[in-house]
Amino acid sequence: MNDINSNNIIEVKNLVKEFKGLRAVDDITFSVKENEIFGFLGPNGAGKTTTINIICTLLSKTSGEVTLCGHNIARERNKIRNCIGMVFQDPSLDDRLTALENLYFHGLLYNIPRRTLKERSEEVLKMVNLSSRKNNLVMTYSGGMKRRLEIARGLLHYPKILFLDEPTLGLDPQTRNKIWDYIIKLKKSKNITIFLTSHYMEETEICDRIAIIDEGKIIALDTPDNLKNTIGGDIITILSEENVKLKKYIKEITGSDVHDAKEGEIRFEIKDSSSFIPKFIKNSPVKILSISARKPTLNDVFLDLTGREIREENVSARDNIRSRMMGRMRH
Amino acid sequence: MKKELIGVYTIWLRDIKRYFRDKPRIIGSFAQPILFLFVLGTGIASSLTFGGGGGGGYLDFMFPGIVGMTVLFTSFFSAMSIVWDREFGFLREVLVTPISRTSIVAGKLLGGSTIAMIQGTIILLFSPLLKIPITFVIFFKVIGIMFLVAMTIATLGIVLASVIKSMQAFQVITNFLLMPMFFLSGALFPLNNTVKWMNVVARINPLSYGIDAMRTVILNNPALQLYPLWLDIVVLASVTVVMSILGAVLFSRQD
Repeated sequence: MNDINSNNIIEVKNLVKEFKGLRAVDDITFSVKENEIFGFLGPNGAGKTTTINIICTLLSKTSGEVTLCGHNIARERNKIRNCIGMVFQDPSLDDRLTALENLYFHGLLYNIPRRTLKERSEEVLKMVNLSSRKNNLVMTYSGGMKRRLEIARGLLHYPKILFLDEPTLGLDPQTRNKIWDYIIKLKKSKNITIFLTSHYMEETEICDRIAIIDEGKIIALDTPDNLKNTIGGDIITILSEENVKLKKYIKEITGSDVHDAKEGEIRFEIKDSSSFIPKFIKNSPVKILSISARKPTLNDVFLDLTGREIREENVSARDNIRSRMMGRMRH
Repeated sequence: MKKELIGVYTIWLRDIKRYFRDKPRIIGSFAQPILFLFVLGTGIASSLTFGGGGGGGYLDFMFPGIVGMTVLFTSFFSAMSIVWDREFGFLREVLVTPISRTSIVAGKLLGGSTIAMIQGTIILLFSPLLKIPITFVIFFKVIGIMFLVAMTIATLGIVLASVIKSMQAFQVITNFLLMPMFFLSGALFPLNNTVKWMNVVARINPLSYGIDAMRTVILNNPALQLYPLWLDIVVLASVTVVMSILGAVLFSRQD
């Protein structure tokens, strides 16, 4: 599938991570090409963050091989650290410092000379539209501003790869869109590879390629369009008076499997929905209360592969504890 | 090498900046020692005849102990902040930078110790109220001792922070280690004429030597001195060296 791999900036082979007998990452293999946006898509607890933490040298692996920018993760950690930028799922800014100070400390740790550091700080702040607030304490920032500042900080040392772990988690839809705008802009303006994770299906469509990950395994890896093409056409959802009978009828005329969907609806896939629907309604043996057709989304791909939906409001117990603790620690 | 030193400096500077921006913390952190000194101390002093010897009253005896207490709590909590910093905050960011784990530990140690020293100095400035004369020479000696004690305790904190990863365990450590260490250090009452087991525990408690050094330097009263000053310094320095090596090793382990 992958051409001979000189332009692969990340290569992961048979990566396994076990926590006390639990396989959080279960033998995954993939590679990321230079200058692409690569997405990890999957529900909470699928192993996305664990994989990222291993790749960015925060966590040790149980077994497998990982190479970044040509450096082996087990032996050349500092070289890898120099070539990656990181935006964490949980904010890791110092909220008692100003935006400029946060960038200043970050730059010092990467040994950026002071003059260069000043110029670059202004540059990255401008990019995320925070120049006017650069001397304000981060405490006074909104969630979206914080995330933007973290992206700016991740870019300050000109990394070859930028990791974004759930960059839009906990933000309102409008702010989420803005963050994606920055990410797209970034990809256009800079020579950079972006590796991101998300459990918001639609958002990952900006990726060049997506790996769908579930229970520690990669269950599909392709471009968003190809993934959606694996679904046999459009998705049709129907609410009827007699589902059992209707299901049988649909199976007979289309040959495709019919599934139960939410709120008593049934759903199936069909190639050409616009000519199918009028005929179908006319001939249906059961009264149809409502019918809708739409193009498949990545959510449908996930549903198709796993039989489950990725629920967006799925906050795990750990996340709950975490947010409570953060409240306690930070007042 | 230069890169690592800049790293240590950065971590240190960040802790100091944060400290000075956190006004409630500054006020809160000397409210407790003042309460101990002027409420608990005055209360105890007026209801008991102090048998510690040496002529001075109980408040005199207690004062170096309270300076020590301030240093103890401040440096311990600063070092332990690694626990939540790693989980929730800034430290995660630092851990992906190309700075060695040893430099991060060193920066944290120096940061925590500097803050503890500043806090201790604030308490020391109350000495005129107790009519304890502090000359310039004594002042600088105390600063030196405070820094040494702060380093000892902070290294201990780092070692514990590298081993425990949860906030619950942190509470347990505060109650079962930190408080006993404080009570059995000679800060609040003399340890040479208590029951035997207390005496034994006090001898293996590194803080006892810190409090003893503090008392020796501040009061300069041989009757209240348990060990020679050089012994105090040797014990504190040795514990610091051993614990910082252990801390650096433990902290560098990957999960």
